[in-house]
Amino acid sequence: MTTSLLPTDAPSVVAPKPKSAGGGFARYLLVRFLLIFPTIFILVTLVFILLRTVGDPITAAQGGRLTADQLQERIHAAGYDRPVIVQYLEYLGQVFTGNFGNTISDNRPITEVLLTYGGATLELAFYALIVAFIVGIPLGMLAAYYRDRLPDAVLRIFAILWYATPVFFAGMLLKLVFSVWLQWLPVAGRATTRTELSMQTLPNKTGIYLIDAIALGNPAAIGDVLAHAVLPGIALGLLTAGVFLRLVRTNVIGTLGTDYVDAARSRGVGEARLVRKHAFKPALIPIITVIGLQIALLLGGAVLTETTFEWKGLGFQLAAYLAARDFVAVQGIVALLAVIVALTNFIVDIIAALIDPRVRY
Amino acid sequence: MTTTAEPVTTLPPTKPGLLSRLPVLKQLRQSVGLQRGMLIAGLALTAVFILVAIFAPFIAPYGFAQLRDASGPFGAQQPPSAAHIMGTTVGGYDVFSRVIWGAQTAILVIIIAVLCSIFAGILLGLVSGYIGGWLDRVLVVIADAIYAFPSLLLAIVLSIAISGGQSSLWGGILAAALSITVVFIPQYFRVIRAETIRIKAEPYVESAKMLGASAPRIMFRHVLRNATRTLPIIFTLNSSEALLTLAGLGFLGFGIEPTAAAEWGYDLNKALSDVTSGIWWTALYPGLAIVLAVMGITLVGESLNDLADPRLRGRKRVKEKSGTMSLTSVDRPLPSDLDIQEENA
Repeated sequence: MTTSLLPTDAPSVVAPKPKSAGGGFARYLLVRFLLIFPTIFILVTLVFILLRTVGDPITAAQGGRLTADQLQERIHAAGYDRPVIVQYLEYLGQVFTGNFGNTISDNRPITEVLLTYGGATLELAFYALIVAFIVGIPLGMLAAYYRDRLPDAVLRIFAILWYATPVFFAGMLLKLVFSVWLQWLPVAGRATTRTELSMQTLPNKTGIYLIDAIALGNPAAIGDVLAHAVLPGIALGLLTAGVFLRLVRTNVIGTLGTDYVDAARSRGVGEARLVRKHAFKPALIPIITVIGLQIALLLGGAVLTETTFEWKGLGFQLAAYLAARDFVAVQGIVALLAVIVALTNFIVDIIAALIDPRVRY
Repeated sequence: MTTTAEPVTTLPPTKPGLLSRLPVLKQLRQSVGLQRGMLIAGLALTAVFILVAIFAPFIAPYGFAQLRDASGPFGAQQPPSAAHIMGTTVGGYDVFSRVIWGAQTAILVIIIAVLCSIFAGILLGLVSGYIGGWLDRVLVVIADAIYAFPSLLLAIVLSIAISGGQSSLWGGILAAALSITVVFIPQYFRVIRAETIRIKAEPYVESAKMLGASAPRIMFRHVLRNATRTLPIIFTLNSSEALLTLAGLGFLGFGIEPTAAAEWGYDLNKALSDVTSGIWWTALYPGLAIVLAVMGITLVGESLNDLADPRLRGRKRVKEKSGTMSLTSVDRPLPSDLDIQEENA
């Protein structure tokens, strides 16, 4: 789990040396956009090579269940007996046109898998981010303000504790206490069967249950969906909140020591406002950039959280395909996630550049 | 700790003893208050973790794959009792014994993973930073691509490639360790490369070149020796990530078979369905073991990180003890740092 613990991951607060004059935002946008392609290319290639080292996907998935002849037939039909380089080039072409292949175990296009289950993962990530923002950012500011004093000490220990707790262990503990012992919240899943069935009747489902439940206009359904979201959201959210807390703390400590904060204080600006406005705003740039990197953490964590709570999203599906040894599906989902990660990082960098002109090197 | 292994002769006699220059001890003396408390707590937890791993055969009452003793089978999902102080798992193993033996597996994976990634990362970072050019650009783009990707997913793909997904003891340990290695190489690569580029411009490298030193000699003798200052920090932080990745892999079913070794993530995976029926002991103890081990290492890493960063270091007593330090490429020179730098100079 790349958790970006090091504050060094944050880009320098100091402006990078301007390499060339002129160009400006349009040029940065273009260069940054073009960088997406090598990133995707490298990851897709890496995953392709690695998964092909175990042999052809059909033998991996069906070996032992089919006779040697049947196996050969299917391998031939799928084109896996051709030279690897031909398969690779064909695969690259497919990925480029947005075709990630079909799964072996249930023969569905990977893009369809994404459309069916992507909404659930998106929804989970959304809940987790809300928890992380609500918990991480104010506490980070608090810790920075009370630096090296008791509140800071307690908060930092908590942040380390959250980081050290694997998200699935946190999920299991939450489940044990709130679902099994106290019976306040549902054990697993995204909604009760009844709610899910009534949502099936909707003409244009989004797959994002909260939106679907609101579209139903049924308060019970909305409540049901939210009740199922609480524990997974908290489990994944706290993991991210720990990272946010540390990040906000480090960067606000940096800006709290600057002259303009001293100047504002001497003008009589209140302490709370000093932290919230004067110190936090300039600290936002490194925070936004690192939050972009947390997309990777969130996706990795989503796989584990979804497995823990039987949250039927992309991660749950990935784990199921892994268990079925369907490596075409694994390859497809991982490649698709690579595209998503590359695109999010692009967007985050552009936002950072919009906020701070100094980033546009 | 003997000093014979160190090339003492090359050091001027005025340098402080080896003991005080060891990375962690120096920081321990430098730290104050909360930071010292965190560092000591972290070191203590880590020491316990290492000792448990070493003495696992003596601490654990049963083997990690033991299902029965003289009085018969242990039984599955037995609550904690005198014979099994942490109960038994759904597979009928003794939870306490598997928690203890799990420390050994975890340490092995950390050592292999971190050593491999340090070597590969340092080598690539040195070469990339020192030689530069298109090689540098290509390596940077590759490292950035890997770095941005969810490491757990990459580790899953790698463990499929290495062991086909099912594992014996060493197969499993190597698969987990190497999967983690590839994920961490970019981190060492980035740091060492940045340091190398900074040091390359220093006058002593220039003069070594003038004297006709070969590129490998300059890289390893002049650059590497001055570029390793930030490594202990990444080292500790990576160890904790290695542990979490191992547990994550185990939880997703890429663990090591229970008969081959004890692995906490695997045990948690098997405990997932227990939780729903209110059986807490199969999940709680392996989970706590992960949390404590990761926490110990992280506390050490955090403290080292704080002590290395002048903005975060405890403010009392420190300036006179920290001595002269030139900035690394990792340190961000902020206006607030400059006065510290000047005082040190």
